[in-house]
Amino acid sequence: MILQRTRPPLLETPFEVFDKGTLTPNDQFYVRWHWAVIPTDIETNKFSLAVRGHVNQPLSLSLQDILQLPRVELIAVNQCSGNSRGFFQPRVAGGEWANGAMGNALWTGVRLKDVIDKAGIKPGAVQVRFKGMDEPVVADAPSFMKSLDIEHARDGEVMIAYAMNGEQLPLLNGFPLRLIVPGWYATYWVKMLNDIEVLDQPDTNYWTKVAYTIPDTPHASIEPGQTNVRMIPISRMVPRSFVTNLSSGATVKAKVPVTLRGIAFGGDCGVAQVDISMDNGQTWRQTRLGSDESKHGFRRWETQQTFPTPGEHSFRVRCTNSNGMPQPDTPNWNPAGFMRNVVESTSIVAT
Amino acid sequence: MVLGVAATPTIAGGAAPIELKSIKFDLPESDRMFPDGRGSDAINNNCLACHSAGMVLNQPAMSREAWTSEVKKMVNNYKAPIAPEDVGAIVDYLVALKGAK
Repeated sequence: MILQRTRPPLLETPFEVFDKGTLTPNDQFYVRWHWAVIPTDIETNKFSLAVRGHVNQPLSLSLQDILQLPRVELIAVNQCSGNSRGFFQPRVAGGEWANGAMGNALWTGVRLKDVIDKAGIKPGAVQVRFKGMDEPVVADAPSFMKSLDIEHARDGEVMIAYAMNGEQLPLLNGFPLRLIVPGWYATYWVKMLNDIEVLDQPDTNYWTKVAYTIPDTPHASIEPGQTNVRMIPISRMVPRSFVTNLSSGATVKAKVPVTLRGIAFGGDCGVAQVDISMDNGQTWRQTRLGSDESKHGFRRWETQQTFPTPGEHSFRVRCTNSNGMPQPDTPNWNPAGFMRNVVESTSIVAT
Repeated sequence: MVLGVAATPTIAGGAAPIELKSIKFDLPESDRMFPDGRGSDAINNNCLACHSAGMVLNQPAMSREAWTSEVKKMVNNYKAPIAPEDVGAIVDYLVALKGAK
């Protein structure tokens, strides 16, 4: 793993991992924690998940209780809000990720709806707030908490996962439980989830109100130095696509078909098509898509391309999602370095 | 196992039972300090309590205004108990080490 920070851990997936298959192995899945006091001794028979607040019956659920609820599973991409921040121009402060702060996994667990309905939602509930077991070193720093609107929380797709790719969650990825919010950025996928609070007022905690906000503009993009920008909480992901079998500067054979392949995801819906351009975006042709494992997962794409002349060639890859949204041709910019999804360009040398 | 196109989580009927086992795990420590220089005592004594140095040292070169904003975020948003006189020394250190014009 690429070490961005030791404490609290920030670990990036080496990009070549994404060429090996659609599912990211647990021990190569990126890691991002906000606070350094992370429990490292967790006993399954002592753990409990609280469900409280604007409910009929507060609950304290053991892992056994949770394992007995109807089991569901879903393949979904988890991507950091700041994935690819290292490529922003001009540069911005924050975790200086390349493109490896993302991963795709099979999540197994229970519907969030089934857990909170067990407590009974009282009329007037507006949001559900989630907190994990990690804590800041400084006592009065804001504990990490995120919220979802009540209808979203109860949509039957938001899950509490206890397994990742068929095995229990690694500690660094949120053992024993984490929230899965398909199609939304990973900031919502609270790790070491142990507290669910149903709210009758909108959440005003720092991590909802101040942090993780984006300009309310197309592509969450503004000019550097722009002021008077209305900010809203980050939420849904946007389409992206990448070449995974060649990195920029790679050498390929000229005058014979060369395989170009990679992954794509639709953001908050599925992938409609992935196109490739050999002439800097003037013309595009479709690539062949791999099997559709999940509207929320990585989708493989592949094509053959012959480079007729030796020398440097560049090509672009563009995903259009199933809502008709394509990747933009130009990169966005915002001070936090969020939501990058520009069409990726790769240059190779044909010999 | 082919899961097919799933719009909502599918019931995993007959799937292998998943066993959850207690974990005891040591997280790695970092003993990396900020490099010696004017103000390195202030940054090492104040900042390493909450986080290691790696991410700070991996930041792009930033203006004095941007570094000041970052250090003030630590104090105002993240409640870092930094004495006011140390704030200046820390900003000066970061600008000297990773300052942009």
